[in-house]
Amino acid sequence: MRDKLASLSQAVGELIRDGDSVVLGACLEQNIAFAVVHELIRQGRRDLELVAPISDGATDMLIGAGCVGAVAGAWVGNVSGGLGHNYRRAVEQGLPVPLRINDYSNFSLGMALFAGAYGMPYVPVRSVLGSDIAVSNPAFRRAEDPFGGGPVLLVPAMEPAVAVLPVQRSDRFGNCHHWGNAGVAQEAALAAERVLVVADEIVEPEVIASDPNRVLFPAFRVSAVVHEPAAVHPSPMTGRWKRDTDFYQDYHRRSRDPDDFRAWLREWVLDLSDHAAYRAKLGQRLEALRIRGEALSAPANFAAE
Amino acid sequence: MADFSTQELMIIATAREIRDGEVVFIGMRLPIAAFGVARLTHAPTAVGLFEVGLARHAPAQGMLYTMSDPPNQQGAAWATGLIQVLGLLQAGRVDAGFIGGGEIDRFGNINSSYIGDWRRPTVKLPGSGGACDIATMSKRTVAIMNHEKRRLVPRVDYITSPGNLDGGDTRARAGLAWGGPAAVITDRAVLRPFGPDGELHLASWHPGQDVDAVRGHTGWDLEIMPGARETEAPTPDELKALREVVDVEGFWR
Repeated sequence: MRDKLASLSQAVGELIRDGDSVVLGACLEQNIAFAVVHELIRQGRRDLELVAPISDGATDMLIGAGCVGAVAGAWVGNVSGGLGHNYRRAVEQGLPVPLRINDYSNFSLGMALFAGAYGMPYVPVRSVLGSDIAVSNPAFRRAEDPFGGGPVLLVPAMEPAVAVLPVQRSDRFGNCHHWGNAGVAQEAALAAERVLVVADEIVEPEVIASDPNRVLFPAFRVSAVVHEPAAVHPSPMTGRWKRDTDFYQDYHRRSRDPDDFRAWLREWVLDLSDHAAYRAKLGQRLEALRIRGEALSAPANFAAE
Repeated sequence: MADFSTQELMIIATAREIRDGEVVFIGMRLPIAAFGVARLTHAPTAVGLFEVGLARHAPAQGMLYTMSDPPNQQGAAWATGLIQVLGLLQAGRVDAGFIGGGEIDRFGNINSSYIGDWRRPTVKLPGSGGACDIATMSKRTVAIMNHEKRRLVPRVDYITSPGNLDGGDTRARAGLAWGGPAAVITDRAVLRPFGPDGELHLASWHPGQDVDAVRGHTGWDLEIMPGARETEAPTPDELKALREVVDVEGFWR
């Protein structure tokens, strides 16, 4: 197997290009790769299409930094604060750059990735019918079920260029364990052309092999593995990190005004060289978010004999 | 004035919408507390689903800011993906779902996407999340709203989450075989669909409110349901469950 370990800047530089569609926030409110968001901003990526059911603040930051041309999503905002100020400015005023929106519900977005994952051109769903999402997103088609099941909405398959997926632990070859709610992480990993795994911890291959049921997607789908502890801050990661609600609320306050947002961006992204500098800046605050308790699962026996 | 807050009353009114043994979509914030109260009082075997990919029997221990927070993961009954949980809705296996939004109209349609024309909105709201899925595919939908004239409007600008659409059989004709609004719980009242059109009517007003006050804060000519009365105050058991177990920190007091 190929050693896929790469630095954050190297992996982001090689895997995510201007104009790419990128899955962020596949697990909705946990496991959002803010470290990758910061690096995309530092590298000045442009015209990205962000794909996410919900990406709690990460999408808003990238939009405010001028990196985004389109969003395919169900919900963009700040779960702790409310509306996403940069998202609003982009949609309502075209600032800093105009934004195209492809409206989805969570389920229709998940099913679009599901179709992409398994090679189906489209999937029929019962959701979205009767709503204006079916109107404002021109990709959807209403149809009759040819088998007599009534009206359905046809959702075309989505095959993103890149899926960015934080996990608790991975080996250097891309075999990895993910636990807690998975959102659309599995569908995104199987549908995307390239998969960037962001591991909180690097472990020996035997650790991953001991529990293949905790593997959401196979290593052969993984393009690169980045090791960055707390890459998901301020979002939580099951068994590793608590949510930093104050950080979200502070971001919400400081993104209300464009000048304040630019100052926030300098302080937390542009003036920091990498994620190690970000962790150092958080200091004790980050340590207080580390989950120290244990609620361990019982081992499962995979013995052959 | 009674010895409970408006938010506590809303939580308990929401809890009463959950029946024992039901499978319900919880959503965030207030309905999470309502699920906890329901489990501890009249609905001990209700099951809660979260669109992030979680199912729970017992409510989480500890404050949740989002569905994905660590207390919601620990002790979950099922940790899985989004389409597995929302797919259960599509299969008709979910009894009720709880949603919010920016504005709601007299047929219970909810907008959480765009204020103004969606092509040129004056305000961009966050969007559906799972709300459209819940509104289209659960057997009953319960909406939680602040009761203001600008939020309870004759017609929403954009239907994120379908209610009874234009009333009558328009929901069924749109292809939605089941479901629709069962209740709207506000800080002033409970509204329910009534009559052949399924238009929202005043079912009960909260203690301290009256019919005129509620009608005055509603953006359409709100009609009164037969038998409408004051919302039943929380019982001692309901308040005890809320204050001693679900909301020990007093967040909702």
